[in-house]
Amino acid sequence: MTEQPVTGFHPAEGRTPDTFAPVEVGLHGVTKRFADQTAVDDVTLRIHEGEFFSVLGPSGCGKTTLLRMIAGFEDPTAGRIELDGVDVVGVPPYRRDVNTVFQSYALFPHLSVWDNVAYGVKRKGVRGARLKQVVGEHLELVRLDRYAKRRPAQLSGGQQQRVAIARALAAGPRLLLLDEPLGALDAVLRKELQIELMRIQREVGTTFLYVTHDQEEALVLSHRVAVMNAGRLAQVGYPEDVYERPATRFVAGFIGTSNILDAEVSGVDGRWVVLDAPGVTGLRAPLNGHVIRHGQRVAATVRPEKVHLHDLADEPPTGWCVLTGTVRDVVYAGVSTQYVVDVPGGAELVAFVQNTHRVADAGSPGQPVRMAWDPDFTVLLGSTPREGLDD
Amino acid sequence: MSRRPWVLGVVAALVFGFLYAPIGWLALVSFNDSRSLSRVTGLSTRWYVELFGDARVLDALGLSLRLAATSAVVATAIGTLAAFGLRRAFPGRGAWTVLLSLPLVVPEVVLGVALLGFCVKLAGIPLGFGALLAAHVAFSLSFVVVVVRARVAGLDPRLEEAAADLGASPLVAFRTVTLPLVAPAVAAGAAFAFLLSFDDVVTSSYLTGVGSTTLPVFVYAQAGRRGVSPEIVALSTLMVAVSAAVLIAGVLVVAWRARRASPASTFVGSGRDQGTRPTGG
Repeated sequence: MTEQPVTGFHPAEGRTPDTFAPVEVGLHGVTKRFADQTAVDDVTLRIHEGEFFSVLGPSGCGKTTLLRMIAGFEDPTAGRIELDGVDVVGVPPYRRDVNTVFQSYALFPHLSVWDNVAYGVKRKGVRGARLKQVVGEHLELVRLDRYAKRRPAQLSGGQQQRVAIARALAAGPRLLLLDEPLGALDAVLRKELQIELMRIQREVGTTFLYVTHDQEEALVLSHRVAVMNAGRLAQVGYPEDVYERPATRFVAGFIGTSNILDAEVSGVDGRWVVLDAPGVTGLRAPLNGHVIRHGQRVAATVRPEKVHLHDLADEPPTGWCVLTGTVRDVVYAGVSTQYVVDVPGGAELVAFVQNTHRVADAGSPGQPVRMAWDPDFTVLLGSTPREGLDD
Repeated sequence: MSRRPWVLGVVAALVFGFLYAPIGWLALVSFNDSRSLSRVTGLSTRWYVELFGDARVLDALGLSLRLAATSAVVATAIGTLAAFGLRRAFPGRGAWTVLLSLPLVVPEVVLGVALLGFCVKLAGIPLGFGALLAAHVAFSLSFVVVVVRARVAGLDPRLEEAAADLGASPLVAFRTVTLPLVAPAVAAGAAFAFLLSFDDVVTSSYLTGVGSTTLPVFVYAQAGRRGVSPEIVALSTLMVAVSAAVLIAGVLVVAWRARRASPASTFVGSGRDQGTRPTGG
């Protein structure tokens, strides 16, 4: 897996440091095998100082195991874990400059909020006025200064989560690990805390390594995202890279909704790969440096919001990929309407249409419809879920 | 039932009467100013005064308190360590767990005979304090292990991980996180060990030496030899008071901790501790 270059177009201006500081966390061929399975398989990754980096993947993909190895709770079977250039494999958790926000919070129930936050600070030998100052600052950071005397059990789930963040940050880590920290909260609270987390990370500037199975969360929060599947990294990149240019069928399917068409390479035309797929005319995809050969079985994908619906009478823009099918389902979802269209060859394609027009303009079930999209939005993938294309 | 709450009240009163009438009568008669056990003619503390003038009673009381305190400390220390030991997976853990709780179901008479044989005939420990201490530690150890183990098993391992994550070495994590969390169970185990020792007659009666009689054995012997005298009644009342005081102190401490933790706390609450407590005796 190669990393995306750091330079280049990045629309989320201000979220990414212009020039990244030296690598803070380096994983080199990290592998963890348990008795009957390989949880983490040859993961190589670099995380830069000050980055908000997410590891995204379905449950059981090995992301939590990866986190636990960086924290020091598990030792890798093979590979190196470097913090600031020093291999820390074998160093116990209490000697690593890494702190964790646990999914279950793991607050000390016998200690007050203040004492919870002070715990890690005290372990560094800080006492007296300095201790009070550090704890006070971090309680303020998470806006819980008024709750200092309470016990964890007297706080709501969201408040407990914020104590956990303050406790981990107060210890002054070089790297903060967050293990699905919002997993136990309801949807509204999650959104609130997402924004809170972003604010906190920008404020303290600590490197965050965030593990989640929630793709939207990862896209919203992170500078960069690593998508993980079955113990391996499927793709590492900026949120818009991972979303707009998924590297494998798995990534395309896991993040957002994807339309996937099986196709065959029929030639190369300048910067375009020309593809053959049943029922689609003019199917093309940017070559993007891929190495392909004539007749190769590949998959082509396009995001549903890029697909336009037309009446059969309308002529789509020249050079677009065009496809005719029958509307099967129309799902109104407020902001947009989702059209599920049966296409020749047994596949189905989904289109999201912004509800800027009157509803029911674009078609109803049973009606034939023409779908078209700009070939720039077609992405070329390998024909199997995990396979990428050679560059 | 809901329309006749007084029925429930009467039943409850009968049950409590059944449980506490003999003890209440005992306490009342101990303050009687005559020797009669059936008629209270007036109140006085003469039997208590007489009691504390009796050197044999004071010796027995002293021995019982020393024995109960020492065996509670020793049994709690060993039992707590054993409870933590049983937390780790190792070959034969199941067998060890069963072996540690077996004394709970061995009849005390049998235990007494066995300990007498072992201590005196085999190990050469002379009858008296040493033999009594060994015996009392032996039978209260199981209670401590059962009580503390339940609490240890309920500990969230993430809490110790969190401590390590925040820079606490294993020893510091144990002192600052693990021990405070199991402390209520350790205290309960210690209270049980104390009461079991302080109340024990059967096992102790095998092992008391000349001049080293525990209070319960003394009471039993006196009652057997001369019948129930007012002095014995006063002494018995005193023993009930000591046992009750230990128990009430324990309940108060648990309730205080629970209130301090949170009115709604389910973690440090008393429910879990009391639910796993075996009933003594």
